Amino acid sequence: MDLNFTQEELAFRDEVRAWMAEALPKELATKVRNEAPLSKDDMLQWQLILNDKGWLTYTWPTEFGGTGWGPVKQFIFEEEMAYACAPRILPFGLRMLGPVLMKFGSKEQQDYYLPRMCDGTHWWCQGYSEPGAGSDLASLKTAAVREGDHYIVNGQKTWTTLGQHADMIFCLVRTSNEGKRQEGISFLLIDMKTPGIEVRPIQTIDGGHEVNEVWFTDVKVPVENLVGEQDKGWTYAKYLLTHERTNIAGVGKSNQMLDRLKDLAATQKRNGKPLAEDPFFAARVAKVEIELMNMEVTNNRVLSQAEAGGAPGAESSMLKILGTEIAQEIDDLTRRALGSSALALTPEVDEPGYNGDFVTPEGFGHASESYFNHRKTTIYGGSNEIQKNIITKMIVGL
Amino acid sequence: MDFTHTETRRMLADTIDRYLRDKYPLAARVEAGNSEQGFQPAQYEALAELGVIAALFPEDQGGFGGEGFDISVAFEEMGKKLVNEPVMENALIPGPILAAAGMDEAVENIIAGGARYALAAEEPQALYDLSHVETTAEKSGDGYSLSGKKTVVRAANGCDGYIVSARTSGGTNDTDGISLFLVAPDQVSARDYTTVDGGRASELTLEGAEGTLLGDEGGAWPALQAASDRAILALGSEALGIMQTIAAMTIEYLRTRKQFGVVIGKFQALQHRTAEMLIEIEQTRSAVINAANAMALGAEERARIMAATKYTIGKAGRRVAEESIQLHGGIGMTWEYDLGHFAKRLIMIDHEWGDQDFHLSRFVALGRAA
Repeated sequence: MDLNFTQEELAFRDEVRAWMAEALPKELATKVRNEAPLSKDDMLQWQLILNDKGWLTYTWPTEFGGTGWGPVKQFIFEEEMAYACAPRILPFGLRMLGPVLMKFGSKEQQDYYLPRMCDGTHWWCQGYSEPGAGSDLASLKTAAVREGDHYIVNGQKTWTTLGQHADMIFCLVRTSNEGKRQEGISFLLIDMKTPGIEVRPIQTIDGGHEVNEVWFTDVKVPVENLVGEQDKGWTYAKYLLTHERTNIAGVGKSNQMLDRLKDLAATQKRNGKPLAEDPFFAARVAKVEIELMNMEVTNNRVLSQAEAGGAPGAESSMLKILGTEIAQEIDDLTRRALGSSALALTPEVDEPGYNGDFVTPEGFGHASESYFNHRKTTIYGGSNEIQKNIITKMIVGL
Repeated sequence: MDFTHTETRRMLADTIDRYLRDKYPLAARVEAGNSEQGFQPAQYEALAELGVIAALFPEDQGGFGGEGFDISVAFEEMGKKLVNEPVMENALIPGPILAAAGMDEAVENIIAGGARYALAAEEPQALYDLSHVETTAEKSGDGYSLSGKKTVVRAANGCDGYIVSARTSGGTNDTDGISLFLVAPDQVSARDYTTVDGGRASELTLEGAEGTLLGDEGGAWPALQAASDRAILALGSEALGIMQTIAAMTIEYLRTRKQFGVVIGKFQALQHRTAEMLIEIEQTRSAVINAANAMALGAEERARIMAATKYTIGKAGRRVAEESIQLHGGIGMTWEYDLGHFAKRLIMIDHEWGDQDFHLSRFVALGRAA
């Protein structure tokens, strides 16, 4: 038993850390640390810096221009990005569609789409969920009917993250109503500029605009935009979901958020004493820290298995549940540590050159909004209830 | 034992319920809550006309109620419809302080809905502890001169006057030596902002502001405690109203939303979570009844019950808000759907007048002292 990273892995971590300290623009790191909204340009800026370094495709195999890193190195890289408060790499192109194209796409599709999702030409979004198909994704209804060398698409997708910026959308569409529901689904790539597509914003309870409805009315899609075979899209979607669930635990992000919470608890005072010395608050922080320590080891156990070529089973679902619940608890405690000032919305403090007073402590002006926004994490990516079904199905097997 | 409300209070509840059902759409409330005004003055006046404010004051002050259960009934009904008119902040909290100082005309105007006052008690870095008073008041001519800062004073904009706590003697956290002063708005510089739950609050800065002493110099602590008790009862009742609406919405959703070919309420995992949420709501109802009843008790006996109530609201409120969003899934995350607005207010109630941890430690300390 050895719980430590190897010398080589540690050297790699130091290399990543040193590069990150130089390459990550300070203003971006500040925005991420303060949970301020990021613009499209903010996200693209970081993506292009990583692309120039050759690390954007850190999960891709070398034959597709990736780094060829194994699971442990990928994990270390992600952890370092989280500690450094780098903007997250958007998963839709690089982590979701990319692997599907590599496995099931044509050579033409690979050659055309893979470089463009790296260099910023194509911002991808995901067209999976529908108003009637959330947890029960296979009940999706958006229809694609073949007419000559096109599909004609009609229907509605929802919860499309950052679809307002997107150039392209990959969609699950129904091409057949025969047989099992899962069997008539196809995987289509659609240009967002095609006539008949309308993107409608969904404002979330925190007041933000991250997700959208995407409506399709007689949208003409060339047949060469079909990935793999018609009616086999469910297989590709399931393959994609296994990629969505890697590093779902978010150990690095939670550690960073916990450090930030502890800093806050040390400076917030009641009766002249730091909140960190309040036994009730201190106990709450300690409890979540212990859960996080344990999860880190669980995560490393899964990682070590994956490095040896094993495929994670129910553990992925366990880590999704643990990771999201721990992060939400840290959000809750951060909001609480703010006291009355958690009520205040003061977006002006984010403006460049702001030098007035702070109602909430500096850097924490978005904590309440984030607490509400992050309620989504136990709902999306297969809700935690669905994850529990997966766990019991895999282990109890009834 | 009898847990039914009197005929008069049932009528009060019916009157408020009928009015709000007909005349208080949520969309207008949400829009106003995110405007510079923060609420709807016409609605505030209409509630006063209905007698909602009069119900919070005893007859000798010009009202027709003023007991714990009067307050509770009014705020529970307003909570059900997510009313954010500052009835608590501008009437229930300041009114009795002004009444005790003999300002009968001001109290009459408050009850009529024609005047609004706000208590400015909490300071930055006090974390809910109202004995943390750095604001100073020094004698100056006939009155006092006040200097200091007050934080998150809700519905302070447009008020006719502020009631400001300031230190006339003692150290920063002493309960003795705190006094209350009436300060005109033009004596104060205010920075207003929108609140997360839809409303308005202000940071107030006083630099040599003129103030008129209310009550005894240095002896305001019992008045602040009594204000806190009224606030906890009102917030608890509001929370109970909000929880009932949330529960009704969630149950309706479980009965109609279909996934995997059945309504999701058929899933036992969701049934049990709903049951647990309903248990929390009944516990909250009992805590609020306890608090309303305690308003007639002595201050010391009341304090521990109030601490227990506020702890319960905070704990149960978080559970109900979070569970209801989770049970709804994505739709519960959207601004357009009503639920999120109720959930946000329910969570933010924990950030007013001391959160669950603050009152849990207060409960422990009071128990030790007893």
